[in-house]
Amino acid sequence: MTTNGYSADEMMAVEAARRLDNDTVCFVGIGLPSVAANLARRTHAPDCVLVYESGTIGAKPSSLPLSIGDGELAETADAVVSVPEMFAYWLQGRRIGVGFLGAAQVDRRGNLNSTVIGDYDMPKVRLPGAGGAPEIATSVENVFVMLRHSPRAFVETLDFMTSVGDNVRVVVTDLGILQPRAGELTLVGIHPGVEIDDVSGATGWNLRVAHDVHETVPPTAEELAALRALETRGSAGWQ
Amino acid sequence: MIAPLADAVEELVRDGDIVALEGFTHLIPHAAGHELIRRNKRDLTLVRMTPDIVYDQLIGMGCARKLVFSWGGNPGVGSLHRFRDAVEHGWPRPLELEEHSHAGMAAAYAAGASNLPFGVLRGYLAGDLPARTRVEPIICPFTGEQLAAVPALRPDVGIVHAQRADRRGNAQLWGILGVQKEVVLASTRSIVTVEEIVDELEPRPGAVVVPSWVIDAVALAPGGAHPSYAHGYYERDNDFYVAWDAISRDREHFREWMQQHVLGVAATAA
Repeated sequence: MTTNGYSADEMMAVEAARRLDNDTVCFVGIGLPSVAANLARRTHAPDCVLVYESGTIGAKPSSLPLSIGDGELAETADAVVSVPEMFAYWLQGRRIGVGFLGAAQVDRRGNLNSTVIGDYDMPKVRLPGAGGAPEIATSVENVFVMLRHSPRAFVETLDFMTSVGDNVRVVVTDLGILQPRAGELTLVGIHPGVEIDDVSGATGWNLRVAHDVHETVPPTAEELAALRALETRGSAGWQ
Repeated sequence: MIAPLADAVEELVRDGDIVALEGFTHLIPHAAGHELIRRNKRDLTLVRMTPDIVYDQLIGMGCARKLVFSWGGNPGVGSLHRFRDAVEHGWPRPLELEEHSHAGMAAAYAAGASNLPFGVLRGYLAGDLPARTRVEPIICPFTGEQLAAVPALRPDVGIVHAQRADRRGNAQLWGILGVQKEVVLASTRSIVTVEEIVDELEPRPGAVVVPSWVIDAVALAPGGAHPSYAHGYYERDNDFYVAWDAISRDREHFREWMQQHVLGVAATAA
């Protein structure tokens, strides 16, 4: 989908990138979070520290990695540590301020499911599982979630609770921005061209809408150019 | 000490063993995984933090009874179709799961390497995972804080790939180190495949040496991490990871591919 020369996924990546500051230390997962974090580093936050769970601290890849352990992450990192060290000293040691998480499902509390669709023992879809998510969700102050909006993803009841939503500060989707208000994810922003009803219709619970919903600033020419200059190694594109 | 890969696998891996092939994206021991398939090892409990293509192949060929893991996908690409088929439809045989978080599994390996009965972490605090994995609450005797105890991982056989070894069998690896050292030290027996065998290991900044006396067999397997990579030797074959999606989606196509590329060929080095 392209409106006004940029896609909904591009809007989502740009809006997520804007939430990283120059002094952020950010735990980055592969896919959309990696796109957003690398975009931030190429635009307003050049000193933002990217930490990948493979043990690369301060990675500065020239192109988007396909995996969390691509060789260029190690080559450009300030430090490379083992996986037990990464999770014990750096994540559990609370040295990382922001964590990005994706998921297959989110509920109104910001709890996430990346384990299974359907019953655990007789799953309809077996998903990859927890990875770093449970401890990222409880060990960083600020959890940012990125997820494409649909009723299948924004559900009343999770099929499985892989991580808890206590530290989720924002959910950035391809339609808008949700933030917890009194413990419940509430629509606070919509992207240009999106109506509030579109977001409510793509949400599987009765979505609370803030009284002061703002419209997201569309991607600037600089942001779009930087985003499109990011190309994945290998043939997989990020969209 | 230095042995052909086929002999090392035949001698050190038994049907029904708990076998861990590690390598966190980097240095994944694909050649050794293929040898397990060629030797028709059965009823294995396969342990690996990130079961990706190599475990998709082992599971799809029916080698595994159980999988112990923390994230099972094709990184940056999507699902592991053979893993999913085994879990969702029991093909080619049902697969028992024991799943963890990365932090929990890393702590369990470190405990195994440390010869401790359990690892401890501030994790598994909530959600549905604790009920589905081996974790127990434990109270800190000093502060009273509730923490999580995970039983140590002690595989029968640990298998890793390294860049090189010397002729005495000391192995040297560098780049992303994952849990390579931990799995060798946690396991009862271990196999290290290497890109090359050299007369002398030159010291390298940031490199780890795993001494020969904690390794049972070192086997020469140049290219043995492909489609993963060996830092300083070759890059990750991202195109293959993408191509695996189509190869593995269909049962028959998968079997034909395995016949042609794994079963029908000998180990890369004698």
